[in-house]
Amino acid sequence: MKIAYWPGCVSRGFTPELHGSMAKVAPLLDLELIELDRAACCGAGVIAEHNQELADTLNARTFALAQQTEGELMMNICSTCQGAQSECQERLDANTEYREHVNSTLADEGLRYERGLTNKNFLWLLVEEIGLDTLRSKVRRPLTNLRVGPFYGCYIVRPADRLGVDAEHPRDRYLHMVIEALGGTVIDYAGVYKCCGFPIVTMNKQASLTMAGRHLGDAIDAEADCLVVPCPLCHLNLDLQQPAAQKVVARELGMPVLHLPQLVGLALGLEPKELGMGKHVIRPTAVIDWTTSVVAGAGA
Amino acid sequence: MPDYTLRIRRYSPESGEAAYWEDHTVEMKSHSSVLEAILEVKAKEDGSIGIRCSCRAAICGSCGVRINGKPGLACNTHLSAAAARGEEGAPITVEPMGNMPVIRDLIVDMDAVHWKKIRRVTPWLINQEPIPEREYIVPHENMVDVTQSMACIQCGACVSDCLSMEVDPGFIGPAALAKAYRFVGDPRDAEQYERLKDLSEDEHGIYDCTHCFNCIDACPKGVAPMSQIMRLRRIAGTDHKIEDRNNGHRHERAFVKNIQRNGILHEADLLPDSYGGKLHPRAAPELIESLPTAAKAIARGKMTPAKVLLHPHKAPAAVKKIFKEIEGRPAREELNLYISGYENAEERGDLAHVPHTDDPTPLVPPAPPEPPPVVDKSPTFPGPEVKKSPPPGSSAPAPPPQSKPATELPLESAPADSTSSAPEPPPESEPTTELPMDSPSGGFITPAESGEGESTFT
Repeated sequence: MKIAYWPGCVSRGFTPELHGSMAKVAPLLDLELIELDRAACCGAGVIAEHNQELADTLNARTFALAQQTEGELMMNICSTCQGAQSECQERLDANTEYREHVNSTLADEGLRYERGLTNKNFLWLLVEEIGLDTLRSKVRRPLTNLRVGPFYGCYIVRPADRLGVDAEHPRDRYLHMVIEALGGTVIDYAGVYKCCGFPIVTMNKQASLTMAGRHLGDAIDAEADCLVVPCPLCHLNLDLQQPAAQKVVARELGMPVLHLPQLVGLALGLEPKELGMGKHVIRPTAVIDWTTSVVAGAGA
Repeated sequence: MPDYTLRIRRYSPESGEAAYWEDHTVEMKSHSSVLEAILEVKAKEDGSIGIRCSCRAAICGSCGVRINGKPGLACNTHLSAAAARGEEGAPITVEPMGNMPVIRDLIVDMDAVHWKKIRRVTPWLINQEPIPEREYIVPHENMVDVTQSMACIQCGACVSDCLSMEVDPGFIGPAALAKAYRFVGDPRDAEQYERLKDLSEDEHGIYDCTHCFNCIDACPKGVAPMSQIMRLRRIAGTDHKIEDRNNGHRHERAFVKNIQRNGILHEADLLPDSYGGKLHPRAAPELIESLPTAAKAIARGKMTPAKVLLHPHKAPAAVKKIFKEIEGRPAREELNLYISGYENAEERGDLAHVPHTDDPTPLVPPAPPEPPPVVDKSPTFPGPEVKKSPPPGSSAPAPPPQSKPATELPLESAPADSTSSAPEPPPESEPTTELPMDSPSGGFITPAESGEGESTFT
């Protein structure tokens, strides 16, 4: 399956292990990634906050670039991209005159966005395009007894109507479903659908890190071995900032946080090092035995 | 009629006992509301259950509760829809709203949190002088612009699940900030700048929102408080250049410049630039504080010093041109789908499968002989031609077809040389928006009879 692939900014910046692990996992899932390397940042809601038309135009350009490829659909690996792009796409698709107005700005570059692009986060693609049965059949190293806490964050589940969460597409259960398909145990805890706090880390650090620290603490209380996130910005607050969050909530944490492609890659038999797990601030030693590459708890 | 089991959270602070759950099973029609079921339990089984309610028609905003974990109005949620949110056959949990102290059972202390914060934002109009002798006329475009925030019925559902407020109770919060926009966006108000300055300088103000979208999903009326907060930021930062205590506007500016320069985000520059640049005195403590984090990132190989210093990615010329062109426009353009609606709403495709509430059948009102009076959106106002559909927050059915005129002003500030042609033919239906009740005059907007594209406060 050929896919127009938007990796986002942070996967090529402070979480390079996300971009790297996606590249390793894709061939195992028969995905051919056509990277949109000329596209610009989705704006993460911040550009829209500054100027909505600017955010809509930058994303329309990304969509137009995706539509120029042979990809069947567009895929991202960042919830924040998903949320920000879905918001822009909603406006572009809702109103022809507005869309034409935005397209007129893109015309100089010979680009044009046509209504109705399909843009899915890797999580949605896993469940809706690849399918859980296929995924299950590819598992080489089942995550038996690994207790995984799903952390959805915000942008991929809310607002529910914009993001297409409904009875037919229970996208707010997909992380649960994927963890189970990979052989792991889902741990429900208070923070499953809460905010990691990243968007206000430069504005109200105390509130931001309290959010991260509480969710990590709740996951520890629920006896999770690790969390899995579909968003690199959540990863920044939950992993990179974890030592700082620890101080704010005055509690020892030490909770490993995996990117979704890392969790999938681990179950599909890839080595932890290939998946960049050594790049995490909180080393996933609870997840994997580094000497034997055996997933923690396996066979226990 | 099917049986529904309600699992109600009971709590009486004076009793000294801990809160507990109590199950009650009632036989109800599937399209009955959760409120009807609670009242049935109260009438037949236990009259001591505490719940606040009045209109039973999603207008008074009294019966805000959490149903199967989601905040909303008990009168506006079908039993079938509520049951569908949980495991099959599991009881429907009903508990008081969050972020506010519980007075008893399902009743929370709205005064202690919600109303206190509403009062915080000076929720009345401060007239610009001179006040006209007769009606103080608002241009239609501005009236439409604040319509969304006027739809608020003060139920507190957004406050209940605000994640910023959960960790920072001082946060002014979604309901009050949406209310603030109602006056910031009103051209009759004399103190737009002062209001924004106040909300920016409060460290628990507009820059304390974490973009979690909970308030958008919680609101039964489609107010989208978070969107109103973003509009407050846009006007405060971009139009008035207000520097806030939280560094929000500087961060926004640094982010936009970063993307304009690099195309994709160069994180290593963003942090210092958000504090005014690497050499700015304000940046120093922040940078020192983040040194251990940065050192860790480098030690782990997340970052290389070379990558930090020389961002390899540069924005394509086409991207730079987009920034230049749009930032250079005389007026900012904004499309508000609450106002403009969706073309082909029924086939919105992958983006949305359901209306905002998950109620499949009409609930409020059950079968109105006459649709409620609606906010008239004058036909003569220039703007792109868009068909009208009910706002996402409205769970009421579309009223019978009527010959209301076409509507439209999706652009916040229509360009002076708007090229749009004649308005669309009349739409099939008008939204069933309740009349806004919050204006100083009682909030009646009368249809503009003059045909001059203006609505009038009476």
